[in-house]
Amino acid sequence: MQGLELKLKKRVQELLDNGTIDAVIAWTKGDFVYDTTPAIFTKESGLDGFVYNSFCGANLSKYLVSQIVSDKKFAVILKPCDTYSMNQLITEHRVNRENIYIIGVGCSGHLDIEKIKNQGISGVTSVIDKDNNILINSIYGDATIEKASVLLSKCQSCKGSELKIADEVIGEGLETPKCDSRFDGVKQLEAMTAEQRFAFWKAELSKCIRCNACRNICPACTCRTCVFDNARSNVTAKANATEFEEKMFHIIRAFHVAGRCTDCGECSRVCPQGIPLHLLNRKFIKDINEFYGDYQAGEVAEQRNPLVNFTESDIEATVISDKEGK
Amino acid sequence: MKKLALSDLNSLYSAINEKMKLYAPIDINGVVNYGEWDKDAVVNLNKMTVKSAKDAFFPQCEDLSNFKKDGKHIIVEQGELVKEDFVIFGVRACDVRAFHILDTVFLEGFLDTFYEARRKHGIVISLSCTKPEESCFCTTFGIDPAEPKGDVESYIRGDEIYFNAVTEKGNAFMAQFDSLFKNCDDKAVEASKKKTREVMSKLPLSGLSTEAFGGDKLDELFNRPEWQALSESCLGCGTCTYVCPTCQCYDVRDYKTNSGIKRFRCWDSCMRKDFTMMAHGTNRPSHMQRFRQRFMHKLVYHPANHNGEFSCVGCGRCVAKCPVSMNIVKVIKTLGGNK
Amino acid sequence: MSEIIKDELVPHVAKVISVRTDTNDVKTFGVVGIDDSIMFDHRPGQCAMVSIPGVGEAMFSITSSPTNTKFKEFSIKRCGILTEAIHQLEVGDEITVRGPYGKPFPVDDAFAKKNLLFIAGGIGIAPLRSVINYVRANRDNYGHVDVLYGARSSGDLVDYEEMTKEWANDKDFNVYVTIDRPEDSWGGHVGFVPAYLKELAFDNNRTAVICGPPIMIKFVLQGLIEMGFDKTQVYTTLELKMKCGIGKCGRCNIGSKFVCKDGPVFRCDEIDELPNEY
Repeated sequence: MQGLELKLKKRVQELLDNGTIDAVIAWTKGDFVYDTTPAIFTKESGLDGFVYNSFCGANLSKYLVSQIVSDKKFAVILKPCDTYSMNQLITEHRVNRENIYIIGVGCSGHLDIEKIKNQGISGVTSVIDKDNNILINSIYGDATIEKASVLLSKCQSCKGSELKIADEVIGEGLETPKCDSRFDGVKQLEAMTAEQRFAFWKAELSKCIRCNACRNICPACTCRTCVFDNARSNVTAKANATEFEEKMFHIIRAFHVAGRCTDCGECSRVCPQGIPLHLLNRKFIKDINEFYGDYQAGEVAEQRNPLVNFTESDIEATVISDKEGK
Repeated sequence: MKKLALSDLNSLYSAINEKMKLYAPIDINGVVNYGEWDKDAVVNLNKMTVKSAKDAFFPQCEDLSNFKKDGKHIIVEQGELVKEDFVIFGVRACDVRAFHILDTVFLEGFLDTFYEARRKHGIVISLSCTKPEESCFCTTFGIDPAEPKGDVESYIRGDEIYFNAVTEKGNAFMAQFDSLFKNCDDKAVEASKKKTREVMSKLPLSGLSTEAFGGDKLDELFNRPEWQALSESCLGCGTCTYVCPTCQCYDVRDYKTNSGIKRFRCWDSCMRKDFTMMAHGTNRPSHMQRFRQRFMHKLVYHPANHNGEFSCVGCGRCVAKCPVSMNIVKVIKTLGGNK
Repeated sequence: MSEIIKDELVPHVAKVISVRTDTNDVKTFGVVGIDDSIMFDHRPGQCAMVSIPGVGEAMFSITSSPTNTKFKEFSIKRCGILTEAIHQLEVGDEITVRGPYGKPFPVDDAFAKKNLLFIAGGIGIAPLRSVINYVRANRDNYGHVDVLYGARSSGDLVDYEEMTKEWANDKDFNVYVTIDRPEDSWGGHVGFVPAYLKELAFDNNRTAVICGPPIMIKFVLQGLIEMGFDKTQVYTTLELKMKCGIGKCGRCNIGSKFVCKDGPVFRCDEIDELPNEY
């Protein structure tokens, strides 16, 4: 991982020096090993604090949305899963491709500090990612744990090591440890009775504190003003005033990103209450696959998603109801 | 000083619960939050709660009033004030200090009767820290995690938990449940305090200093160019605000229900775009300004109004929970707070 | 028995007893409590939270003077969701009011025995009208009074009748009115307020009170400084989003001040100490 950081840093410095880019969206070091922060580096600011380690799970593509009005050329470091989001943003004209230089970076999965702490380890001072093991030092002692058990949930159902869009690639050929099948969680929910499923979501969504982290990190949530922030909408946006609100927010959001969600998993990663929000989106993806044939949002730029594209072979409404009623 | 075997805590919980509501850190699938205790609840005293304990006195959402229409007439009913005693158990020193900070906001000047009623009826049983996290920095704000204050202090040592009433309210509480406790001296507790203080001094953030901040530092800090880069990482969500034990900005909104109109208040965040939006615009149009507001409030404006007291208690929740790991520690360090 | 303690955030019911249409987008509402009382006493410059339940609640300056002991008046410009709904109100309709909030103008101390110069633009006359009528009712306590008032057009002048027919007839009291652009039927002064202020060339032996759009306040203040005024002689009001009105909800916080309780009235040298976020 350290090798990758050095390579990235050297290359970014070259690109800044030779004028290919004006700035780069990457990560800056924090106080601990795991609190890397997305940051913009420029030639003037220099690359002090530049970091790339096993805790760079954040998807940086959303940061380019606010730069669409900038005439600066930005480099951005994208992992394979992040490149789907980039393609989707290009498709939706929410970023200016001409001003973006994509550095694709190979990925062997990123770590979840919460999962490490949930194994009873606290006071973490250093984490070393070595092969398939994680060596942890803490103020209360050292530990070695299996990497696959502390990967971010989104990495545990990795979509693969292929970069879908990149201007250059660094650290090719890395693989994420063995992954779960992507739709297992959805299948479990589908196997429940309606009452069980309702109870499941009610329990999960009642934990929501309406911080809006899921919305603000989501690369598909790019509305200039969100419907939930509309003062005239008579929805409360900031609190779950009624039990209905807490469900409505997430369900409407899932509907809004249906067909556009690339399943980057950021919503679940950022949720402070650990709500598995990605399952809502993944259910839509599974349904779309079943109704319209396999489709992956962000697979390539400029593709039309099945929900906004009519073909004669589209499933008919009656067929959907048959399917539901079977 | 009194004590109890940890294995008997559940009988204490039920005894309390028979008399009044009990809030405690409850673990649901690994996520710990203060919640109402019942016999099926799993109390987890080892893990930092996601949200702070402030809900106990300043809930995320509460009804202020209800309006009913009778033809042209409006009938106003005040939202209900808490009338019964309740216990909040397992509150750490940082959160106890945060109650004091909230007091200075809600009880000084215009009185907030909703908050006051909860404060009057709430009995705070604090818990001394024994295993602080690397993200803890309460000592920066002069808090001693080994002596958590509140109405009754508690200490876990080995497989026993010790209790020491600090206030009159605490004494009255202990008297109610006296039959459950055993008398003891404070030797074990003193040893536990010493250990906690040793750990605190070794934590990575123990050198964090607030020297560069305070009520008189507006001019030095407001126009610092570093705000721009710091704010560029921030997503503008409300996570830090909502997990923060001292953030107390709120919104007041009306909500139409089947039986009339409910006016409620809910937590709000100064980092949100619409926080200062009026019909004719906003006075903090840029994300940088909104980001700066939150930290200036905690580190400059609040101390200016409250005898130099910062409105941060170093609980480390924002450090742990920010989706992009931007937090007050980084702001303090960037603007000159490291020894 | 339910507790009768009323929280400050819980409003009182009030009713509209008069509606006066001032301009295309400004109406002045007379309001009393449901028992026909004045509801509460206030000082000139203070505000109240007015609400239509279900629509919203916002802070408005009380435009009537404390010397009006029968009812309160609010001059309200239609510009957002709540004010649009308020403009639909008719006599007899009920609303809610709570207050008074904020720091008033120092009418009985710093203003006493002084010559006063009031400068207002558009709906900015609303808070000043309260002071002006208070001064008129306690005429002996003040020196010479000048009022300079401007609006976009003659149709946008609020309180024009009262200003020209009542105030202008008082002893030692001058009223100067201007509109931004020429109009066929307008015989008065044409031009922006800051420009007219320069033409009128007042000496600095007076206390100035400004209220209007931020851009007007900025240029008027600049003009006054050029005319030899010290910032300690000039007062203005700030307007920011407010929800609680009692310095707790955090919206109107700039620097260590809360505009709802430490303002809305500020002396201009006090404003200089605030960060530039108003």
